[in-house]
Amino acid sequence: MKTEERKLDLIAKSKRQREWLDERLGSASWAVKGMRYVFPDHWSFLLGEVALFCFVILVATGIYLTLFFRPDSTEVIYHGSYAPLDGQEMSAAYKSVLDLSFNVRMGLLFRQMHHWAANIFVTSIILHQMRVFFTGAFRRPRELNWIIGVTLLILAIGLGFTGYSLPDDLLSGTGLRIAYSVVLGIPFIGPWLAYLLFGGEWPTPATISRLFVFHVMLLPALIIALIGAHLLLIMRQHHADFPGPGKTERNVVGQPAWPSQALKSTGLMLIVFAVIAILGGLVQINPVWAYGPYRAWVVSAPAQPDWYVGWLEGSLRLFPAVEFSITKWFTWPTIFAPSVLVPGLVFLVMYMYPFIEKRFLTHDYAEHNLLDYPYSVPARAGIGMAGFTFGFVLTIAGGNDVLAQVFNISIYEMTWILRVAAIVGPIVVGYAAAKLAEALQREGLGVFRSHQPGLQLRRNAEGGFEEVGEH
Amino acid sequence: MSDAIGQEQRYDNERGARGQRLVLVSFAISMLASAGLIVFYVFSGWTQVEGVLLGLALGGLGIGMIAWSTDVLQIPDHVEDRAELRSSEEARATAESLLDSPGITRRTMLLRLLGGAGGLLAAALVVPALSLGPHPGQSLFRTKWRRGSRVVDADGNLLRPDYIGIKSITTIFPEGHVGSGDSQAVLMRVDPESLQLPPDRKNWTVEGIIAYSKVCTHAGCPVNLYRSQARELLCPCHQSTFNVLDGGQVVFGPAKRPLPQLPLMVDDEGYLAARGDFSGPIGPSFWDIHKND
Ligand code: FES
Repeated sequence: MKTEERKLDLIAKSKRQREWLDERLGSASWAVKGMRYVFPDHWSFLLGEVALFCFVILVATGIYLTLFFRPDSTEVIYHGSYAPLDGQEMSAAYKSVLDLSFNVRMGLLFRQMHHWAANIFVTSIILHQMRVFFTGAFRRPRELNWIIGVTLLILAIGLGFTGYSLPDDLLSGTGLRIAYSVVLGIPFIGPWLAYLLFGGEWPTPATISRLFVFHVMLLPALIIALIGAHLLLIMRQHHADFPGPGKTERNVVGQPAWPSQALKSTGLMLIVFAVIAILGGLVQINPVWAYGPYRAWVVSAPAQPDWYVGWLEGSLRLFPAVEFSITKWFTWPTIFAPSVLVPGLVFLVMYMYPFIEKRFLTHDYAEHNLLDYPYSVPARAGIGMAGFTFGFVLTIAGGNDVLAQVFNISIYEMTWILRVAAIVGPIVVGYAAAKLAEALQREGLGVFRSHQPGLQLRRNAEGGFEEVGEH
Repeated sequence: MSDAIGQEQRYDNERGARGQRLVLVSFAISMLASAGLIVFYVFSGWTQVEGVLLGLALGGLGIGMIAWSTDVLQIPDHVEDRAELRSSEEARATAESLLDSPGITRRTMLLRLLGGAGGLLAAALVVPALSLGPHPGQSLFRTKWRRGSRVVDADGNLLRPDYIGIKSITTIFPEGHVGSGDSQAVLMRVDPESLQLPPDRKNWTVEGIIAYSKVCTHAGCPVNLYRSQARELLCPCHQSTFNVLDGGQVVFGPAKRPLPQLPLMVDDEGYLAARGDFSGPIGPSFWDIHKND
């Protein structure tokens, strides 16, 4: 009886606290709205949530790492617990990462979790974006959120790049050297801009400490602001949903925020954390001690960056040498097109796509709350798959030296094959995808049955797809 | 979930009980793992075990919550109407009229001044960014090599011509500047007869010993692979390939400019030294790289 009384007392007390808050904020009425907010349910809608949860754990593990990392280029002599590097000269930054990895209990776990989370963060953003693209979720009224999303992708790639460059190891140092050269190559402002960003001619002592500011302050602040805007817009416009029984353009069907969705999303968040924790514990990632400290005259081959910058690396490897001068006063550096124009164009097309599609492909300006299927608009399916193939070919081209070894051909042949694949691959795959979408619309899934004289796709040696004609 | 629509929802007791068991087991696993993690932290430090325990602690809680949400709660799908996003014509008109406050919109001159003041202020606030780095000036056109700079390897040893073999390359710096990013060069020995250098570089080699900038003219990676048979330098970053015999011209790859050559000589004491700076600006191209030509 005693405990029962205490329980009632507690309930009454917490109720009084909520009343106190409500008198000051009017919280009850918006809590009602919030708790009744309905979430449509489909596995693919969780991809964006996964990205969000990755960001949460990035912040959490990141704060921990910040307490140990020293963004300092001062040269020190190492006498720590990793014997193979004993007596070597290295930056204080690199040493602090070694100490964090070998001397701080659970330090290595949190560092590896942080790196895995970064990879999964970008991966889930891209998958989420593909879901949004192929289901036409970017159409009116959600164009603004598409734009925010593309910006978030760019920032996430920047966050990843600045992050894995911080340890000042040989691998990432080489990546930074290339980044410096990319800035240097921008016409008219390049040299000055590179000197302002890096504090002088490469290699500079300011590089690591400035990167650190970008990585732990500027980029996260921007990302947090944009995630906030992204979520606010979703709340305002409500989530789109696939067509289904009882679902219309004017309603939302699904689970209420409280209690089911709150439990479910928190559960999903914890599972994402769990996967990252297990990966961080069991699967080694970025063993910087194996690469050694950065030295301007040393390079490791083959050097592969994190996977999401691979396409930029591939673009640099495939793009033919185009460099010309107009008088002695202007030179077009060979590095400019593959490193600035190519990604610039890719992101520009992504930003513009919702408007391009309306204007030139579908002429559909109406509001849509019910999603398309990936085959609903063949042109969109084709463009999407073409873009995907382009990114895919560039990404594997980022490892063309490894590929050449695997296929036992010369690096020059490999480069030429990939150059062709980067142009032909998207066209072939895009065309095939559009045709397949048309067929799917006409005949449903029957198109996959063998007696159908439909299209078949076969993966070719370059990793692209080719169409195997009608038989 | 869509089965809820238009159908009567009944609580499935069996599913509920199963769910409850799952929640129980998951939460128990989570608690055990958390406790284990604490114990383990105190006594050891083994990344693999830490990761698995942390994963179980988080995952157990997560799976339990999801089972609770779906199997135990079994809440039927809710339907919510979508509100019209656009405001009513009235609200729009009111907003327009409020926005169009004559004290603001009619004061064209004040508005222009405001814009001008704001723009100037922005410029004044951006200018301090120039403190972030020096003006490039001529620094991209010069390195530490001077006439008479003696050649040292990465450990600071002076080099005599007879130290240099024909199989490998040596990374060199001007004496006193080991590690310099822009002055690094590679040194190798080739058959003097096979050289096809331009006439003005005839005396830039010593007994077939020849040196080039080690900074790739594509994106600045150190060019550190040498094919001694083909007499080619290969950059590992994007595979630009340079011919050692003809003045560092590009054979393949995304680089365009040849590797700048370092003119060599032997000083009075018999050590290798430079006749001067590289034949041109080192490293990747930039827009006014040829301005001194
Ligand atoms: S940096 Fe040498 S090929 Fe790109």
